[in-house]
Amino acid sequence: MNGQIMGSDEAYNFVFKVVLIGESGVGKSNLLSRFTKNEFNHDTRTTIGVEFSTRTVQLNTFTIKAQIWDTAGLERYRAITSAYYRGAVGALLVYDITKHLTYESVERWLKELYEHADPHIVVMLVGNKTDLESERSVPTEEAKDFAEKKGILFLETSALNSSNVEEAFNSVLTEIHKKVSSKEVVRGSINAVTLNGSKEETTEESKPCCRNI
Amino acid sequence: MATENRIHFWRRNAKVPGSVQPVYGAQHPPLDPRLRRTYPKDTKPKFNNLKSKKASSFHEFARSTNDAWDIDDEEDEDFLGIPAPTTSLPSSGVHSMPVQMQEQNQAGDADSRTSHGPGSEAQNLQDVQEDEEADCEPVNGKVVKSNSEAHLGSSSVRSTLQKQQSLPVRPIIPLVARISDQNASGAPPMTVREKSRLDKFKQLLASPNTDLEELRKHSWSGIPKEVRPITWRLLSGYLPANKERRELVLKRKREEYFGFIEQYYHSRTDEHYKDTYRQIHIDIPRTNPLIPLFQQPAVQEVFERILFIWAIRHPASGYVQGINDLVTPFFVVFLSEFVTEDVENFEMAALPLETQRNIEADSFWCMSKLLDGIQDNYTFAQPGIQNKVKALEELVSRIDEDIHNHFKKYEVEYLQFAFRWMNNLLMRELPLRCTIRLWDTYQSEAEGFSHFHLYVCAAFLIEWRKEILSMIDFQGLLMLLQNVPTIHWGNEEVGLLLAEAYRLKYTFADAPSHYKR
Repeated sequence: MNGQIMGSDEAYNFVFKVVLIGESGVGKSNLLSRFTKNEFNHDTRTTIGVEFSTRTVQLNTFTIKAQIWDTAGLERYRAITSAYYRGAVGALLVYDITKHLTYESVERWLKELYEHADPHIVVMLVGNKTDLESERSVPTEEAKDFAEKKGILFLETSALNSSNVEEAFNSVLTEIHKKVSSKEVVRGSINAVTLNGSKEETTEESKPCCRNI
Repeated sequence: MATENRIHFWRRNAKVPGSVQPVYGAQHPPLDPRLRRTYPKDTKPKFNNLKSKKASSFHEFARSTNDAWDIDDEEDEDFLGIPAPTTSLPSSGVHSMPVQMQEQNQAGDADSRTSHGPGSEAQNLQDVQEDEEADCEPVNGKVVKSNSEAHLGSSSVRSTLQKQQSLPVRPIIPLVARISDQNASGAPPMTVREKSRLDKFKQLLASPNTDLEELRKHSWSGIPKEVRPITWRLLSGYLPANKERRELVLKRKREEYFGFIEQYYHSRTDEHYKDTYRQIHIDIPRTNPLIPLFQQPAVQEVFERILFIWAIRHPASGYVQGINDLVTPFFVVFLSEFVTEDVENFEMAALPLETQRNIEADSFWCMSKLLDGIQDNYTFAQPGIQNKVKALEELVSRIDEDIHNHFKKYEVEYLQFAFRWMNNLLMRELPLRCTIRLWDTYQSEAEGFSHFHLYVCAAFLIEWRKEILSMIDFQGLLMLLQNVPTIHWGNEEVGLLLAEAYRLKYTFADAPSHYKR
């Protein structure tokens, strides 16, 4: 790669935009940092507006660049952040297993998600903070049943000890890839674009064509 | 629009929640761990080398400026001074840090060691045991307690030094660049110029009726630390220019605030207000998480009261994340009047209760005045911010077509990075000491926090044009814009920024009226 011009990463086949949504304080930002940087911070600040990070993963023979958007949970920001659903092909809807209130809002978040995002968006319900098992207030089974009923994926995670974080993101990315590859959706509607035919053909071109908004 | 926005907005049909606990909250935009470096304590980059330090790419720039923790800033009139690098053991203030910090810093060693970069600058801190990395999770700078406990014994001595010189080790954009590292002799002696400026201020302030116009004029270029508390009170309109009236007014305003607490604060558990309170309560620990001062319960309670009272008295917006940051500069400046050493580690409880209460009341009122001018930033749909971001885009399209087109080409939307610039008045992009300096000017300008801020944002963006133009994909651009390397910034950089903003403002004085929101 040309040293003068900086791109952020190596070549990839797909760029998948994934958004993290859920109530304030459930751990979205630490899920993001755990997945993209393998970091967890006790000393973090509130997310303002949207924040952004990426990670490239291998799914079979394909190189997937996950473009992950972290949004503020606070209601006030909805008017601004709704724009960010645009182009998203995956969503992790996060709640805190120790705060039942954050689970109760899930239905509302889902509604908003479907109002603003692609109808084929892959959604996973994520119960975060399993490291605080002793303070659990949302039974696993209850959430699992709810997710099944809604036709969405489900996992419980801990950004703090990293349990299930990789699995959560990888599941979503795999599911997205399935949809993109299958005839189920028209490629254009899901806004993911193949840059190269196969891995062997990859060049150093790193400018994506998909919409980034 | 605003009518919908009452306290009801905050209501949810929810069961009563469990106890509100401290929340381990959101990650500040993380930087690439590959870029993370710590520099030897001996390096003392001077500010006049700054321009030459600017590398041709963002990554190089970040690498070259990640020595923020060790900068010796002799010229800086910093409020929270950047101390000289020193190898002395930490003062007692530092010891009082929570264990978490210790372990984080320690774990940070492993992380800094794994990063690669130019030259041998990282040598100094690299006497980390090799086996540390093997035990830790790969490239994990933020190892949680359980992982790093095993290393406590072997590296505790080094971690003590570590604490002092690099708190925190990871190079997020902190509110304060340096914490309790003052050298023994305290702040550097004043230059002749600084002394004469201070004298001028004292002269102005000694007058029985302060000439506010003159005061503003001089404050624009920065207010000397010693007189900042009173000058800020005057400029904000809180303290009357007429000296005789001051005591009375202060007494009245302070009592009014204490009256609000008595009148309203107990209602934070009411159905009507508990959501507001809950949000404030979980945000406070996440406000200045790296500064020990703000971990003290007494200080956190001050913030909670100020924000809660303000929120319920302003139902059009209520509490919005970002407003919490706006209390900090006032609080720190007013507190500094009573603190000789570093404020960051100061024990608030050491002050007489009346003093504490007065600082709280004054912070409340001054913050209120600030927010009065920008309230539509926080009302429903945040129209103020949307307008300002649009105005920024318009302005940038006129002053720097290259950047504007570059953004268009890679589909970067201004809202994606500038939202936070407007919502938090650049506080998330600058160290706290820079914010404080910035506010000297904002309070000297008419509508500084709303109107002039726009030009400062434009100047701030253009500041990084080289890095921006050399970043050729969306991801890279956005991560650059959300992690701008200002960690080492001080008065000089802010001064240059303000000068540029001033120039822009007067060049575009004929701009359409919508700029003048």
